[in-house]
Amino acid sequence: MTERLQAGTVIAGYRVVERVHQGGMAMIYRVAPEGGGHGCVLKTPRLEFGSHPTCSAGFDVEQMILGRLAGPHVPRLIASGEEDAVPYLVIEQIGGTSLAEIAREAPRPVEEVARLGAALALALHELHRQDVVHHDIKPAHVFFRADGQVVLIDFGLAFHGQLPDLVAAESDRPMGTPAYMAPEEILGVRGDPRSDVYSLGVILYLLATGSLPFGAPTSNVRLRWRLYGDPLPPRRLRRELPEWLQEIILHCLERRVEDRYATAAHVADDLVHPHQVVVGERGRHLRRAGPWTVLSRWFAAIAERPVACRRPSAHLTQAPQVLVAIDLDHGGEALMQALRVAAGRLVAGEPHWRLTCVTVIEPSILTEQDEHHELTQALHTQSLVKLHHWAQPLIRHLGAQPERLRFHVILAGSPAQALVDYARAVQADHMVMGARGSSSLRRFLGSVSARVVAEAPCSVTVVRTSVA
Amino acid sequence: MKIALFADTHSNLEALQACLAHAAQAGAGRSVFLGDIVGYGADPVACLDLIARQADGGALLVRGNHDQAALGGLGENMNPVARDAIYWTRAQLGAVERSFLSTLPLTARHGDLLFVHASADKPGDWPYVHGSDQAELCLNATDASICFVGHVHHQMLYWSTMPGQRKPVSGVGSFTPTPGASIPLTRNRKWLAIAGSVGQPRDGNNAASYALFDDESRLLTFYRVPYDHLAAARKILAAGLPEQLAQQLQRGE
Repeated sequence: MTERLQAGTVIAGYRVVERVHQGGMAMIYRVAPEGGGHGCVLKTPRLEFGSHPTCSAGFDVEQMILGRLAGPHVPRLIASGEEDAVPYLVIEQIGGTSLAEIAREAPRPVEEVARLGAALALALHELHRQDVVHHDIKPAHVFFRADGQVVLIDFGLAFHGQLPDLVAAESDRPMGTPAYMAPEEILGVRGDPRSDVYSLGVILYLLATGSLPFGAPTSNVRLRWRLYGDPLPPRRLRRELPEWLQEIILHCLERRVEDRYATAAHVADDLVHPHQVVVGERGRHLRRAGPWTVLSRWFAAIAERPVACRRPSAHLTQAPQVLVAIDLDHGGEALMQALRVAAGRLVAGEPHWRLTCVTVIEPSILTEQDEHHELTQALHTQSLVKLHHWAQPLIRHLGAQPERLRFHVILAGSPAQALVDYARAVQADHMVMGARGSSSLRRFLGSVSARVVAEAPCSVTVVRTSVA
Repeated sequence: MKIALFADTHSNLEALQACLAHAAQAGAGRSVFLGDIVGYGADPVACLDLIARQADGGALLVRGNHDQAALGGLGENMNPVARDAIYWTRAQLGAVERSFLSTLPLTARHGDLLFVHASADKPGDWPYVHGSDQAELCLNATDASICFVGHVHHQMLYWSTMPGQRKPVSGVGSFTPTPGASIPLTRNRKWLAIAGSVGQPRDGNNAASYALFDDESRLLTFYRVPYDHLAAARKILAAGLPEQLAQQLQRGE
């Protein structure tokens, strides 16, 4: 097998249709299975004399990691092998739109930035849950399937918590795409999911403003500027951008990992519920730090050594996303208190927890009359007020900052289905809910908790008060 | 086919039985014993008997330094505890066991795989692969693309960082594996896997160690198998072997 394949060549049952990409690292061809079926992509590394050794490492890493990943957000690895001593991978071909195409039209409307950003953030979180950090998130590596789901491609620089890190062993130099690299990536730290959160912030900045926060640096000095300097606040570039969006973007772009969003799921949560984002100075200001601040950061950075995180999934366990499902109509104070105790225990000791109080209003109790909309609004507001009221003792007990808690009212006919869908949408780690106390009510309505326990994509704790 | 890799059994029958049972359940079709069947533990004859039956069934075996020491010599290179155990072991072995041990080769091959107790580099000198430098020497001493060794009682994986498995290796990466997580050994580089010790783990975890390699999918999985280490320790004390050897099994170090 030569390294440049001609159209018509057949490898392991796949006929080469055309070359689609000749990158610095790999050659990519569009291929079709001999027996018919969906088109695929065939990838071979560039191994000729003078190629960078990371080409081979990147190829091996992609093979190792794709073989271990599952779910809709990553392309499927169909086959891998070796022909005439040249290894190849056959990968699912991703249709749909590339984020690079969309980014060319930036700035985009705020609503679209939030929608695309949330979809990307959820895909990243799903990746991090599988113990992988991508380490090269940029628009060209993000595709949207026809149904709006994000697919991440090119895992050549990725890190897997349970696999040898071939990329790090190959070179001491930082690797990635300069415009999108996080400060700690520039310092050679690998395996922290928050590095991908930073790159997500760069993408949000680009989509919202049409420019990159630190440009596309070509020299090491310019690359390192983000270790000390700030980007221009997005609202300085586009004054009509809402403060909450700037708050989210600059929270992703914090220089130190510990100041950044703990997980991509938190970013998604904020992008989906913008009115609940607590806007601080970060979201409002229109100036960046002055030269004296930058200089003091430069001195401080001399002593700082960011710590590598060995297991991406272990970091996520410190940032649990807990849902408390509260039935506002049935349940006495004893059950409400028991729910607070259970929720408090789940987040106690975890540094980056987030808790969402959620309730479901069933439309059956709404009238069909003209004031329908107003009534719904009133009921919605009333429910939110009750949720806040429920949470007050818990907030006091935990001494929590207000941004740790979110409140959400769902309008749906089937509470169980609504809760399961919501848990999946926000990638909850744990749901706490009360059992319906009265057995006659349970017999009539069916058990919501039983169905949630059976179908939820997360752990579920069902709280019951002791019966005298 | 899945190949089970057992190193450093060290006369620990309970650990050996537990690992064999685990490997059978995991679908192992072939066993390889990477040396040091005897030494330290109280069941040299029973372990040799069990492994000889495995050899009749197609298992591959190589010789370890303790196996060699059990056949004779002064054991000057050994620490006093290991030497005491070897002298005790010699007294247990009959003619059958001695002749079995004396037939063991230093290395064995299966296609592209090399099996050796210490290192492919000067295997009879029993060097330890304690780091990347020794791993590089080992990888350069063989044309096999994957080398399985024992001798060092920690599970470890090394690989050549520069591509092209037929050129000399310059630069080696290392990785401490997660038990139960399969690692694909890609074809583009050389690999060196240390299976860990079945009968005397020394990394602070008292579960027995072994590894399983699927030569079709090229997936390598390291395992830790809990076993009745108290029984093995009691036998060591009952046999009058040094007390330290019993304690090591309980602490796993």
